[in-house]
Amino acid sequence: MTLIYEASRAGRRATAQAPSSRDDCGGIPERFLRDTQARLPEVSELQAVRHYTRLSRKNFSIDTEFYPLGSCTMKYNPRASNTLAMLPEFLARHPEAPASRSQGYLACLYDLQQILKAVTGMRGVSLTPTAGAQGEFAGVAMIKAYHEARGDQGRTEILVPDAAHGTNPASAVMCGYRIREITTGSDGDVDIEALRSVLGPQTAGIMLTNPSTVGVFDRGIETIARMVHDAGGLLYYDGANLNAILGKVRPGDMGFDVIHMNLHKTFSTPHGGGGPGAGPVGVSDRLLPYLPVPMVARDGDGYRWLTEEDCPQSIGRLHAFAGNAGVLLRAYVYALMLGREGMPRVAEFSALNANYLLKRLQAAGFEAAYPERRATHEFILTLRRQAKSLQVNTMDFAKRLLDYGVHAPTTYFPLLVPECLLIEPTETEDMETLDGFVAAMVSIQREAEEDPDLVRGAPHTMSVKRLDDVRAARELDLAWKGNG
Amino acid sequence: MPFIPHTEAEVQEMLATIGADDIEALFDEIPAQLRCGTLELVRAQMSELEVSQLISARAHQDGQPSCFIGAGAYDHHIPAAVWQIATRGEFYSAYTPYQAEASQGTLQLLYEFQSMMTGLTAMDVSNASLYDGASALAEAVLMAVRANRKSKSRRVLVPRSLHPAYRRVAQNIVRNQDILLEELPYDAAGGHTDPESLERYRGEDITALVIAQPNFFGVLEEVDILTDWAEANGALSIGVVNPLALSILNPPGSWGANGVDICCGEGQPLGIPLSSGGPYFGFLCCRKTLVRQMPGRIIGRTRDLDGKVGYTLTLQAREQHIRRSKATSNICTNQGLMVTAATIHMALLGAEGLARIAARCHTNSRELEERLRAVGDVRPLFDRPRFHEQVITLPVTAKQVLLELADDNLLAGYDLSRDYPELQNAILVCATEKRTHEEMDAYAAALARVLSRRGEVTRQPQTERMVKS
Repeated sequence: MTLIYEASRAGRRATAQAPSSRDDCGGIPERFLRDTQARLPEVSELQAVRHYTRLSRKNFSIDTEFYPLGSCTMKYNPRASNTLAMLPEFLARHPEAPASRSQGYLACLYDLQQILKAVTGMRGVSLTPTAGAQGEFAGVAMIKAYHEARGDQGRTEILVPDAAHGTNPASAVMCGYRIREITTGSDGDVDIEALRSVLGPQTAGIMLTNPSTVGVFDRGIETIARMVHDAGGLLYYDGANLNAILGKVRPGDMGFDVIHMNLHKTFSTPHGGGGPGAGPVGVSDRLLPYLPVPMVARDGDGYRWLTEEDCPQSIGRLHAFAGNAGVLLRAYVYALMLGREGMPRVAEFSALNANYLLKRLQAAGFEAAYPERRATHEFILTLRRQAKSLQVNTMDFAKRLLDYGVHAPTTYFPLLVPECLLIEPTETEDMETLDGFVAAMVSIQREAEEDPDLVRGAPHTMSVKRLDDVRAARELDLAWKGNG
Repeated sequence: MPFIPHTEAEVQEMLATIGADDIEALFDEIPAQLRCGTLELVRAQMSELEVSQLISARAHQDGQPSCFIGAGAYDHHIPAAVWQIATRGEFYSAYTPYQAEASQGTLQLLYEFQSMMTGLTAMDVSNASLYDGASALAEAVLMAVRANRKSKSRRVLVPRSLHPAYRRVAQNIVRNQDILLEELPYDAAGGHTDPESLERYRGEDITALVIAQPNFFGVLEEVDILTDWAEANGALSIGVVNPLALSILNPPGSWGANGVDICCGEGQPLGIPLSSGGPYFGFLCCRKTLVRQMPGRIIGRTRDLDGKVGYTLTLQAREQHIRRSKATSNICTNQGLMVTAATIHMALLGAEGLARIAARCHTNSRELEERLRAVGDVRPLFDRPRFHEQVITLPVTAKQVLLELADDNLLAGYDLSRDYPELQNAILVCATEKRTHEEMDAYAAALARVLSRRGEVTRQPQTERMVKS
């Protein structure tokens, strides 16, 4: 599709959107002003509306397609969350409005903090981190602050399973730690002996996802927690998979000291084509003093902000204001609609859908990566057999699924399972949709056997065919510079 | 059940397929002693209607005060089309475009965004967003430390006239990487960073210099001199800019002899509602030679198997999902939907539309200043040119005055004593294009009332005289 720039004509503009003339900026000396007009498109309102509406139709989305992208929890985003977060008063609220003019808003945030504490079993929650990765950063920074406050300077390592999200090691490095990888056992649980061999006085903590990224609940979690604590380290819980256990088992009860939650996953705020997210952090008693600010406190009948002055040991602020407020409101609305009855249903039906889909795919001949284990809210297939015998690999299956009107599952992650698909159907999908996915996979398998080039050349029905990533990186074209 | 489609018959059929007696059996690998009971502290589920009533009442409780605060978040008009399109399900409920062929809408839009940001800033390349302006500065500092291989000191000069929250956030994020942020004073009369104050660093190993335009006080900095100083002293320059202001101000790519190396900032003025401070989006642009040190998603234009133009995530070898502990940043999910809105916003307004809004903000804030001066012992603190914010001093400490004005449904400004102990009586005020003459009149009258209650000599402003011809 043409770029918006290609519809641009000098002097054309959407006149209703701006003042009808330009005021004189005589108060600003010449040397501060720009002497050429910024290169932006000049289009009418209709042209802009039509262009971006048409672009939107080139996307797969939850609202239009099944989107079983493992580890991303692509479930239905309730419209009520959006409508209520976009009430005019909320949209117009300035972040520096005094607490006296913000009691309604602060009440929402305070309630959300309480709900998140209850569902995670943690003692304190700060809502400010803007995404999961920033929550990870905050969590590891708190672990560091804890050890430093105790004068425990020799703890220089963070342990991370080889199956972990890439953000885990990247976040720990930003906090000044060295990374030590630990292997995953053949049953999908952390290899306890491997863990024992790397624990020591240099261990600051361990970052775990449970259920893990291989889609199973680590049965040794109590042992792991005891071993890490005995070694003087702390446990970090990556909440990417919290959807699987909501209302069933709580990270605080498993022995974790700090957790981040991805509200855009478990609490169904929109993924927005890549954000915004929200990554609140929760902590156990020993990390309470270090939570990032600001937070909301209740004083009698009123609410107020807690800032650096109230929390002198805090790791401080990570956002210019108080985080992604609009995302927090959406999550709060969703949490209220679930209520205490709805929280465990999230885990129950996401597990039901995942286990059903796994069983049906196995029955259709696909190979599970951990066949002896229960699926949680997601599971892994490995297509190594297809890759070897048919020379049709996971990426080919993924691209061909697009032709069947299904967004591909997560591919080639986690890295330790060859030719893998990480599949997360979520609790909001109905049985017919899951059956449709099985039918599509069976059909692609048949195509791979009878006409493999059809699959290798997929997708065939999207607006573009497979894209040349190598060319994109070699001949960098990152911005439109005009014709010719 | 809310959001769950299963009928009882389907549940039974699915359990039979799985070979489980009931749904509980699916959790049999979790040690029983760890299981939690009912979450008593969470209230019972509410219907959409009940939630709407509760949330609407709370929103209404806070009302919509007349807003003269800026301080990094600005109350601009947003064209109706912007959020109607941005909240279309195809944008709203998609994710990071990992499957490029099924995400060409988001990908092309992000490429257009990158193009627009390079147009506004006159820089070579832009990424597809970071979290907000403050964390974007932190990432820019980390990027500069990686990129300036000739510098060994890891010292970065940061002006005190930069947004205080940005300085704090940058400090909190880079703290554990042995990077030293050193503060440059601001000139007491001008409110700007006096280039002379850099002289004491001449000849020293400085990794980067941060330059804000406009600065937190709304004052315009001598960006050409500062940028040239950085280049001459082997430091990388990092511009921190208001993107709306760049529709009329000289863009960072043109500062000094060769432009800045990196620029970043807060994208909120480009179509993002105030919304209590977020979600907004940070942006980051740089010279082409530094692109491999950039954090965050970057979209490239390429070709498909048939030679047709298409768009894809590129340079992913910088990112955490490929490089893990060696990535340029831990950032993953960023602010895609905000960028969607900003792109539509910029397309609707174009360069001239943005410039008209920026100019109206400038003239409105001058008008506000005139009216407030008329109140009595109220005066602007700094004498230098500015964009759309202004520091004014009151005859009394600001905090109580602001609280009383808030009770009058008026957010009258930002109390600077919070971050600058030497500015006890000073407030930072802003009048965007949305503030009307009537609102400015009401502000002046309310301020006069509050000050006279406190025994200060004031004049009741004569509004007729002030109305613009």
